[in-house]
Amino acid sequence: MALAEQNRGGRRGSPFLKHWVIPAGKTLVSIAATMLGLLFVTFVIGRVMPIDPVLSIVGESASKATYDAAREALGLDKPLVVQFFIYIGDVVRGDFGMSLLTAHPVSEDIKRVFPATLELATLGTLFGVVLGVPLGVIAAVKRGSWIDQVARVVALVGYSMPIFWLGLMGLLIFYGILGWVGGPGRLDIFYEDIVPARTGMILIDSALDGNWSVFRNAFSHIVLPATLLGYYSLAYISRMTRSFMLEQLSAEYITTARVKGLPERTVIWRHALGNIRVQLITVIALSYANLLEGSVLTEIIFSWPGIGQYITNALLSADMNAVLGGTVVVGLIFILLNIFSDLLYKFFDPRAK
Amino acid sequence: MKRRIFLAATAMALSLAVTGPQPAVAETPPNMLVIANRIDDITTLDPAESFEFAGSDVSRNVYGKLVNFDPMNLDGGYIPDLAESWTVSEDGRTITFKMRPDVKFHSGNPVTAMDAEYSLRRAVILNKTPSFILTQFGFTADNVGETIVAPDDMTLSITTDKRYATSFVLNCLTATIGGIVDSKLVMENEQDGDMGNTWLKTNTAGSGAYKVASWKPNESVTLVSNPDFYLGAPAMERVIVRHVQESASQRLLLERGDVDLARNLNPEDVKGITGKEGIEVDSELRGRLMYVSVNQKHPELSKPEVKTAIKYLIDYKGMQDSFLNGQYTIHQNFLPRTFLGAIDDAPYSLNVEKAKELLAAAGVSDLKITAGVREAQERLEIAQSLQNTLAQAGITLELTVGTGKQILSKYRARELDMYIGAWGPDYPDPHTNAGTFAYNPDNSDEAGATGLLAWRNAWDTGGLTEKVAAAVVENDRDARKAMYEEIQREFLETSPFAVMFQKIEQTGRNAKVQNLNLGGATTAVSYWPVTK
Repeated sequence: MALAEQNRGGRRGSPFLKHWVIPAGKTLVSIAATMLGLLFVTFVIGRVMPIDPVLSIVGESASKATYDAAREALGLDKPLVVQFFIYIGDVVRGDFGMSLLTAHPVSEDIKRVFPATLELATLGTLFGVVLGVPLGVIAAVKRGSWIDQVARVVALVGYSMPIFWLGLMGLLIFYGILGWVGGPGRLDIFYEDIVPARTGMILIDSALDGNWSVFRNAFSHIVLPATLLGYYSLAYISRMTRSFMLEQLSAEYITTARVKGLPERTVIWRHALGNIRVQLITVIALSYANLLEGSVLTEIIFSWPGIGQYITNALLSADMNAVLGGTVVVGLIFILLNIFSDLLYKFFDPRAK
Repeated sequence: MKRRIFLAATAMALSLAVTGPQPAVAETPPNMLVIANRIDDITTLDPAESFEFAGSDVSRNVYGKLVNFDPMNLDGGYIPDLAESWTVSEDGRTITFKMRPDVKFHSGNPVTAMDAEYSLRRAVILNKTPSFILTQFGFTADNVGETIVAPDDMTLSITTDKRYATSFVLNCLTATIGGIVDSKLVMENEQDGDMGNTWLKTNTAGSGAYKVASWKPNESVTLVSNPDFYLGAPAMERVIVRHVQESASQRLLLERGDVDLARNLNPEDVKGITGKEGIEVDSELRGRLMYVSVNQKHPELSKPEVKTAIKYLIDYKGMQDSFLNGQYTIHQNFLPRTFLGAIDDAPYSLNVEKAKELLAAAGVSDLKITAGVREAQERLEIAQSLQNTLAQAGITLELTVGTGKQILSKYRARELDMYIGAWGPDYPDPHTNAGTFAYNPDNSDEAGATGLLAWRNAWDTGGLTEKVAAAVVENDRDARKAMYEEIQREFLETSPFAVMFQKIEQTGRNAKVQNLNLGGATTAVSYWPVTK
């Protein structure tokens, strides 16, 4: 989006400078400004929250001396502005501080929890796209038919059914009764710590290691939560695809194509769908970003040690380093996905070039 | 085309759902104990710092202490552990321990009195949250050089600032903070004079039945057995505690045989597994108490009849049998059952008529009070029940609901008419609760004794303070027990506290798992006696 706009500006200078260097510079500045704003807002919210991080460390029975020592150690005795700049300095160096909750550096924690979420969200989005887009297209083409009704019900259930309930039911049926899939957790205990953690994503790590029994076990654990998350993005993606498609199908160029005698298949899947690619990219990117934030409830039900649970726990325990660290990562993901979809626009939409 | 898409979609869905046959019901190996528990409260593994439930569970199995509880006989009180025996000086201030010979740390280093000296001094000097358990005996960073001394490898002397009951001192040494660390190993890992605190947060250096193989926060703790444990190699070679937040998920894992123990089951799930083949349900009393207290600065609430009336206006049984079912049991005094000196007297039950008579006798009518309660489901339910039963006697109860910080700061500033909350013992000695519920040497605002519950409620204990002070120095265990019993009987009548319930923990267990003790109200879980 931003890149597309930036490309219209700048008439002087070399094409390379005009098309690449200036937009890239602008993008970097915009990323930095967004990140700074994000850090500022979260930092302020973190400091005005009615939770006392010191009390959560030292406990209710601590003496004043212990309390003061802990407060000083956290740097909370300094003015807010100073605390903020110290924090910014640390973040720039890649140091998010220590998590009070886990006693590990926040950066290390994020390295551990984020791949778990990334793996889940990617598989979920894949599911949502592979099923959601065709479902949306067919629902639009067969508007008012039984297929359209089914798609509507599927989406409605996806929108309205509490994920908590669906997750538990899924576990009860597919794990508890049928035994088709693995239970809560990323692996059975016997498979834990067998493959070296290269990426932190067990499916990829076990594939790289060639350890297919770990891969199968990990897949049996991820399939249910990923399907569940995927179902929710399917509901969203299919509805959006349907509405984009309806708009295209009533356009004149479609009628022209049909009149020209093009096969219906080509009209729908090439011309109409081809024209909604750009819009779909936004929808898919947004849906993916939502999943990448971590779905707290899914993570709780499936004991999935992802970033959603990590940030929530941190928030409830006033572990501000972890909250800020997690927020920065989630913010970065949004920004990166935004840039990525901008690049895809350029690729798919000739006007954006 | 349509057909193809649908076929592809169906194939994809099927491949996602069916990932190969899983065994009908799995089973954990006979030498491995797998537990589903909420372990997101572990913030450190350092015994000088650890003060949470799941952390104590780890520590108890990793660190030996001078004295410890026998998991197979918790009621028997402390017994020798790394100290083989001890003597008490005539003035009652110095306890001299003789160390058990030939015990080794996991590293292979021998356990000596020097390690015990280092560990206790370290806990005092680091001054972390639980340090008060030791510093209440007068140990300070400045005096530990003289008060905690190991003259040789086999002898350790600790000298308290005054005479205390030996049972009090020794009970405190059974707490997590009494864990003896491998001083050589810890010193090798010291950073910037932190006495190894940073390293010990995530590593262990003990001599107990297990060592920590890995701790992944909010994910799992894996313990491996110490084959050289001085009481014999444990039968369970590995203990894996998995963080499973949700009760229903814990239940499914237990039913499928993927875990041996589910430690956080809610009443519905307990009901669901009760009577299932191969699964047992254990109920164990824990130390946490639920209580209501009234501020003695309030002109009406300080009247003895009003205090008693409020105790008669609580629907103990109704709450126990409804929303607290299986989680709390009625208990009306400050020492949790299984503590030394605990009594079972529970004279109060809901009796609106009697309460009305008492209020009339005190000349109180149309009383309006405000209660502070933290935003937690069970506390809010208790508060609503109270609101209802107090109203039956004409007392209007307004609830101030807030976060822990908001409510606690008002409570600590003596600003609440009534507080509805919970209290858990800090260490396994009766003084931990007696010293806060029934002890208040200076009731003035200036005293600022915010740590004492009696002070927070502005209660001048009317002689109980002296009795508590006497009990804490009584050396005869039976006499000390009798003193706490007497204190509690008086407390029951005169105090502004209505203790209502004691926590019960219900655990689902694979019936094959035997000899498991979760630690009751006094200590934490012990894995080493467990067999399958």
